[in-house]
Amino acid sequence: MKLVIINYGSGNLHSVHKAFEAVNNNLENPYEIIVTNTPSEILKADKIVLPGVGAFQDCKNAIHKIDGLFESLEQVVIGEKKTFMGICVGMQLLAEKSLEFGECEGFGWIPGEVIKIEAPADYKIPHMGWNEVTFRNHELLNNISQNTDFYFVHSYYFRTQKNENCIATTKYPNPITAAVLKENIFGTQFHPEKSHNNGKQIITNFLEWEPS
Amino acid sequence: MLKKRIIPCLDVDRGRVVKGVNFVDLIDAGDPVEQAKIYNSEGADELCFLDITASSDDRETLFEVVKKTAENCFIPLTVGGGVRTIDDISRLLHHGADKVSINTAAVENIDLVAKAAKKYGSSTIVIAVDAKKNGDKSWNIFTHGGRKPTDIDALEYCIEVANLGAGEILLTSMDRDGTKIGFDNELLSTVSSSIDIPVIASGGVGNLEHFVEGVLKGGASALLAASIFHFGEYSIKDVKTYLAEQNIAVRI
Repeated sequence: MKLVIINYGSGNLHSVHKAFEAVNNNLENPYEIIVTNTPSEILKADKIVLPGVGAFQDCKNAIHKIDGLFESLEQVVIGEKKTFMGICVGMQLLAEKSLEFGECEGFGWIPGEVIKIEAPADYKIPHMGWNEVTFRNHELLNNISQNTDFYFVHSYYFRTQKNENCIATTKYPNPITAAVLKENIFGTQFHPEKSHNNGKQIITNFLEWEPS
Repeated sequence: MLKKRIIPCLDVDRGRVVKGVNFVDLIDAGDPVEQAKIYNSEGADELCFLDITASSDDRETLFEVVKKTAENCFIPLTVGGGVRTIDDISRLLHHGADKVSINTAAVENIDLVAKAAKKYGSSTIVIAVDAKKNGDKSWNIFTHGGRKPTDIDALEYCIEVANLGAGEILLTSMDRDGTKIGFDNELLSTVSSSIDIPVIASGGVGNLEHFVEGVLKGGASALLAASIFHFGEYSIKDVKTYLAEQNIAVRI
């Protein structure tokens, strides 16, 4: 089984790769982990991970600059329903559009838009650090307790159009989407690769996840 | 609720951890990778490496330390010291740093802040500011590891880099660094109340109460300390337990 981590120059690629590797080494049937941006490799993936930090538009442009990358992602994730996990901006890209630095279209795989965090003046932006996450029960959140802290760094968040696509939230002080889910597509606003043991648990859950 | 972060800082010189008093008299306190692993398991919220010699001949040692740490510690890692160019930032990120802190180079070339934030995202760019009091509610910044004075006002500078896209300010009081008499909370609150981005308090922490004051009086989002942890005076857990007892939200 192949797990592909998409390399399009994202700053957190290395951290994501190392965290998945550490978790994978403990699995009974480890995946072959491949870091690539080659469409032919992506088309052979059983699971896909899309990291991402920085501005939405820059990430989107970086993906589209690589010939055939987006098309291959669309084919495996939407066409063949392979399980997908987006992290931070990699999750926000799933939205229809983002309002960061003007309007920019996203993948449109999950209805909703990416908007600026609205918080009272004494709340620092970016929302940076460890914050509690509450969630709807799902196998992707197995062995995680309600109100567990995860590591966040962001100024914008994904407001899903449908409640059913938001499976986890945090508060700052208003509710902010912490994780999204639609069929075979999962995404976290927080960084599991930087959230210590609970982050590794999320990665384990994703690696073991087989959506019906 | 968003937690106040406790960040142990490792000053690294040619691959070894050191911590000076007022930036001199360096004492060896061990292997950075081993130290980082301990902090990671003790519940540190982030880790910070500052390469204090930053002589270009010895840079490769730091990259190796960063790489090994990133392979073992799954919490955010900030690395600074001698970061001068976009290429320096790329290399550190490539070796496993999550954030890069820039000090002198940002003062000398303010455009670097905007360029770096645009390329890697604000959240990746920490601006480190060494400030020294020069009068009532007034501080000037120093560069080159605190060796070179400037006539730049610390508050104005912090506001400027925040506007240019810095994600965080690592604010060190040169008057307090190594003294163990507490953070310069006046400096912290002056800066913190004037900018939207988080401020990390640094310099002067000597006991548990100082951490509390950094939050309540200084308005810091995160608290950085070095020697107090290295020499085992207090553990990360001691600090967090104490903060929690004072009703300050921390990740236990």
